[in-house]
Amino acid sequence: MATNSALMGFVHRRRRGAELFLLILALIVGIGAYAAVGLGVDGEVPTNLIAYGGWLAALVVAAHVAVRIVAPYADPVLLPVVAALNGLGLAIIHRLDLAKDTGLASQQLTWMTLGVALFIGTLVVLPDHRLLARFTYTSGLTAIVLLCLPMLPGLGTEINGAKIWIAVGPFSFQPGEVAKVLLVITFAGYLVVHRDALALAGRRLVFVDLPRGRDLGPILMMWLVSLGILVLQRDLGSSLLFFGLFLVMLYVATERPGWLVVGGLLFFSGAAIAFRVFSHVQNRVDIWLDPFADPNGSGYQLVQALYGFAWGGMVGRGLGQGMPERVPYAESDFILAAIGEELGLTAVMAVLLLYGLVVERALRAALISRDGFGKLVATGLGAIFALQVFVVVGGVTRLIPLTGLTTPFLSYGGSSLVANWVIIAILLRISDQARRPLPDLSQEDEDVDEQATQVVKVVKEGVR
Amino acid sequence: MSELTLFLVRIAYLAILWIFVLSAISVIRSDMFGARVPSPAAPPGKAPKPAKTPTPRRGQPTHVAVVQGVNTGITADLAQAPILIGRGNDAAIRLDDDYVSTRHARIVSSSGQWYVEDLGSTNGTYLGSQRLTQPVPVGLGSQIRIGKTIVELRK
Repeated sequence: MATNSALMGFVHRRRRGAELFLLILALIVGIGAYAAVGLGVDGEVPTNLIAYGGWLAALVVAAHVAVRIVAPYADPVLLPVVAALNGLGLAIIHRLDLAKDTGLASQQLTWMTLGVALFIGTLVVLPDHRLLARFTYTSGLTAIVLLCLPMLPGLGTEINGAKIWIAVGPFSFQPGEVAKVLLVITFAGYLVVHRDALALAGRRLVFVDLPRGRDLGPILMMWLVSLGILVLQRDLGSSLLFFGLFLVMLYVATERPGWLVVGGLLFFSGAAIAFRVFSHVQNRVDIWLDPFADPNGSGYQLVQALYGFAWGGMVGRGLGQGMPERVPYAESDFILAAIGEELGLTAVMAVLLLYGLVVERALRAALISRDGFGKLVATGLGAIFALQVFVVVGGVTRLIPLTGLTTPFLSYGGSSLVANWVIIAILLRISDQARRPLPDLSQEDEDVDEQATQVVKVVKEGVR
Repeated sequence: MSELTLFLVRIAYLAILWIFVLSAISVIRSDMFGARVPSPAAPPGKAPKPAKTPTPRRGQPTHVAVVQGVNTGITADLAQAPILIGRGNDAAIRLDDDYVSTRHARIVSSSGQWYVEDLGSTNGTYLGSQRLTQPVPVGLGSQIRIGKTIVELRK
């Protein structure tokens, strides 16, 4: 499990120059999209392009300088990929703003500023990701409190049937987005201590090793929490995300497929119960199976998104040339439909590939990380990304029933954007620790008392 | 704005997007295959620092203790690092365990972090179920298995 890099004489380079080069390209992707939107909609380059581009560049450069100073060995690809996705998302939201006469893009830019500030803050405050292991149970408790907050009367607000927001003054916030980061820390801290019990005990049935009954406690608890979110907050996406996350981390920690079998059975039984009991789940499945049953009613959103993808074709209508504003919530859940319509399959593939790269880099950091806790946190954060993208893209493209989740970094949504920037900061911290060359321990050999011991070394061969 | 210009803008933008994706992939590629540097003794650009006298901080381990095995109860002060563990007379923690080599392992500190390093012992040094092949960071309470003995860092 541990990396053999030291044995192979393999040293990671810092690659900050490569990161800067990629960041410049990422800025061109973001600012280019903004300019193309202006060209497509108004026929001219937007007048505030310099100010907008300058602000974006300032944010990106600030993040880069922070990485250079406090995490010099961090992964060079994560930050640029994320910056490009965020820039593209901003441009698409701006394009929908122009069509619908709203001002979401500038709000999103404010959130991005806050996100980058928190990104830098996390890197500075957290010199070593292992410090997070101290907060295993504290963060678990905080996560559960955060998840319960929207259910408090007066504080929680219901938007589109889901009770996942809390409103404080003019701001509304989704505490679930913060909770998912905290849950990763909790799971990692718990599993790194208890994985031996979970991995070794159990009996073998046919082909799979089934875990012991008494070890089922945590997985049952997580299952109940997920069902609770589904029932009490009517949030299909988050409940799927939390349970899937726990299952992935449990599997990675114990290397036992038995957990996947148990978890899969629990998931399908939960889904079947939810399908029977709750009309909104049934509704989603009906829309998924046959969106054209009611194309102007319940199926309208999905049908319009599918038409958008079809109309976009390979290279899209061109930014500003399509009508992505037809799709309700095109700026949040359905932003991929807007990209598919105006930039075509070519851009959708690029976006999916970028998400793939983020997940790959997260798993890479997990592979080369030297401690179990870091491995599990990196895997968990990568799994959050993968699950979230799969669930939302699968929903928008009618692969699976639609569940409300944000597309990371692209969608409009402050809490999600800020939480994702923090996730990237933690991933960079883990990869920085993992890629840093091993400390040089040879100098202690020069100590006087060490010199004396060298004589004894000859004797060693005869002793076992 | 003519149809052709808009078409060109669209194609140009898609090209930029893919150039970005492909450059990111090429950076990853060079990171995988291009970073094989024969590791020199010291990392470049870093002058060897004089050994700092470790200032004891709250929450930092101060001694090593044998918690299981024949010699349970033996401790050694971490201030005398590096701490040698083995059967030899020069070891700071001397173990009467048949499965321990004369110079078995040592515990050293580097920039505030404690590491355990196997010194080519016959039966290996384990952290959890993993046999050490390189210096591995250890924290408070992580159990280092040496032969039939378990050693851990304590406050």
